[in-house]
Amino acid sequence: MTRTFMRVPRAACSALLLLSASAVVQGQTQSKPSITDPRFSLRGGLTDAQEAISNLTLLAHRPRPEGFFNPADAGDFAFVNSDLAFDGKYAFIGGYHGFQIWDLSTPSNPTLRTAFPCPGGQGDLSVYRNLLFMSVEENKGRVDCGGQGVSGTVSTERFMGVRIFDISDIDHPRQVGAVQTCRGSHTHTLLPDPKDAGTVFVYVSGTNDVRDGRELAGCSDGDPKMDSTTARFGIDVIKVPVAAPQDARVVSRPRVFADRRTNAIRGLWRGGTHGAGTQETAETDQCHDITVYPAIGLAAGACSGNGILLDISDPANPKRVDEVIDPNFAYWHSATFNNDGTTLLFSDEWGGGVGAKCRATDKMTWGANAIFSLRNRKLIPQGHYKLPSAQQAVENCVAHNGTLIPVPGRDIMVQAWYQGGLSVFDFTNPRKPVEIAYFDRGPINAAELTLAGFWSAYWYNGHIYGSEIGRGLDVLELKASPMLTQNEIDAAKSVQFAGSNPQLQQKLVWAPSFAVARAYVDQLDRGNGLPAAQITSIMATLGMAEQQSGDARKATLRALGNRLDRAAAVARDRSRVKALAATVKGLMETAE
Amino acid sequence: MRVTHGIRTALLLLMTCTGRQVAAQAALATRPVTGADVRFMQDMIVHHSQAVEMTALLATRTRRADLRSLGERIAVSQTDEIDVMRRWLTRHGVPAPAAQSDAMAAHDAGSAHQAHDMHDMSGMPGMLNARQMTALRTARGPAFDRLFLRGMIQHHTGALTMVKALMATPGAAQESALNRFVNDVSADQRAEIARMRRLASGK
Repeated sequence: MTRTFMRVPRAACSALLLLSASAVVQGQTQSKPSITDPRFSLRGGLTDAQEAISNLTLLAHRPRPEGFFNPADAGDFAFVNSDLAFDGKYAFIGGYHGFQIWDLSTPSNPTLRTAFPCPGGQGDLSVYRNLLFMSVEENKGRVDCGGQGVSGTVSTERFMGVRIFDISDIDHPRQVGAVQTCRGSHTHTLLPDPKDAGTVFVYVSGTNDVRDGRELAGCSDGDPKMDSTTARFGIDVIKVPVAAPQDARVVSRPRVFADRRTNAIRGLWRGGTHGAGTQETAETDQCHDITVYPAIGLAAGACSGNGILLDISDPANPKRVDEVIDPNFAYWHSATFNNDGTTLLFSDEWGGGVGAKCRATDKMTWGANAIFSLRNRKLIPQGHYKLPSAQQAVENCVAHNGTLIPVPGRDIMVQAWYQGGLSVFDFTNPRKPVEIAYFDRGPINAAELTLAGFWSAYWYNGHIYGSEIGRGLDVLELKASPMLTQNEIDAAKSVQFAGSNPQLQQKLVWAPSFAVARAYVDQLDRGNGLPAAQITSIMATLGMAEQQSGDARKATLRALGNRLDRAAAVARDRSRVKALAATVKGLMETAE
Repeated sequence: MRVTHGIRTALLLLMTCTGRQVAAQAALATRPVTGADVRFMQDMIVHHSQAVEMTALLATRTRRADLRSLGERIAVSQTDEIDVMRRWLTRHGVPAPAAQSDAMAAHDAGSAHQAHDMHDMSGMPGMLNARQMTALRTARGPAFDRLFLRGMIQHHTGALTMVKALMATPGAAQESALNRFVNDVSADQRAEIARMRRLASGK
């Protein structure tokens, strides 16, 4: 469709040129998903499917609770489990029928604390202090959470937007706010106000048709050329006074797709193919996910036809600073920064999540992650990562939601692939991502493609939690392997957060510990960053220091730190030796 | 998750569950479908079938590769959506109208005019009448290209009108799978209309 290609807006063209300029975009070595992988031929079943697991242990599985599934139809859309959020010892599982709160005090034994019916889909959740936020997009959504639907076409009973619950009493969530939006809320992102702890912003990604303006004032579906108020081509920003959530309201609709030169609000990808043999990419008139990373003042928008980079220093008015396209992408779905903010990974939800896009015939660059390096607020394409194993044609499979695993010194992520299972992979080298671990079940229904699989797979305080659309909650633990040692896993487990929300990235910081130090040493060993003799000696010294206490430990660590400083000057992997030296010095300072 | 282009391979999975008792059980917690929902799906099958029929003409009547490529996409997406709609109807215990393949077979057998008379009577927004279809079928080259794009834009715009009408019907589109389907049909057809406008303007 070359004509379409020629009509690409300027901004998108420059992005494309950028993409083709770095001609050799790398990725995995295989060109098609593998059919020799054990994950390919698993026997199906709802509760008794065959499993394949590598470098992980499945600690617990809990089916969806009573009332949250259709016993006759595991794939009933009205009961789909969706995204996951965490706060303290609780996991919050969203869904089309409502939300569930699970107690994770003992991760190997999650227990249901609260099941709260409130239909309206997708039901994606976030938690901020005592408030729970929930995305609602379905036509049947009701202000009062009722299941009877809405009978009028223009009705004050209908709710599409973001609900706010007070969960101070975890057993009795209470809806205390509800902000209607023109296209509902498919997903949302929390962004705490950096200047005011009492305020949180919510970026709303609505993907529905625009509502009737008679139902919600100000909702217009006009042509963006003529109608500057159209509810398309933007995002909604809600400002929430945490102490008065009933006063939450939409404060802006930033035109983040606008053409830089003309300010035309429809300034990015217009939909279509990128030339022969390329993917058909959706038009950029909405975002699907916006991942904010407040520590670096940036957000990444996965916005249907483009990946965009936003400056969020003024939370109510995010400003686009870069945009990219990828001729392999069908629908820009989600984004994950690495911890340093030097790499950005976008995911393509080719087929919308309900298609089988990991078949042996599907390209490794379609329905995959595209990894970009991020320098001076510019994105530069590097490589792609896709689930290495082929899946059956009855398994919906494509890249979906994931998070970083806090292994110091490396960029590692766990990601959900619907019925492709979950995959843990390293993208430290964005041109050569490599898988480390996986878990997969056979199809939920071997006879026909039936919606299921992992919606989200997130790391939270030491474990991996999976929200399975049709099967429920899974808890997994990483197992040591040559690609990821126990020291690295222990170091990852040392990072503890008070909570974790999708699309809101927190900076990972590793307090000095012997596990973190040993993790770096293992990495230097694996990557030949230091001569083997030095590795052995450093490990022995660390072991000795750990046995010591007080001044003896301090002295040992001080000597080791000095030695590492000298080694860093000539080491093959200087930055890692420096990180190790800093950890050792930190240990010394905290030694008692 | 977004059910969009994947809807073809896709929503079938939502509608795979068979039997009325399933719908009855689901209805305990989810809104039952209305007559308007059922009519929408039945009508849209007929509506989509005409689009597929139109795209079949491209093979012999246009020289433009971009039009053929567009036509292939429309044919694939609408055929898959027809499948989705038929499954949805079956799931809710409602007979589906003749399949698109049946319509094509009738066309091949020379009974096309009959089929188009039926379309005329349907009064569905955007559907080409018998005169327009004949004109399209007899045209060649650039004349065909113009008629095709004009006709398909009219056709798709009609589908959007049908969606709007459904959404303006009290109690309609409350069922989760249908609600998603309607949103996705709308998004897809909008995108295709935009592309066809660009193709029509030669840009």
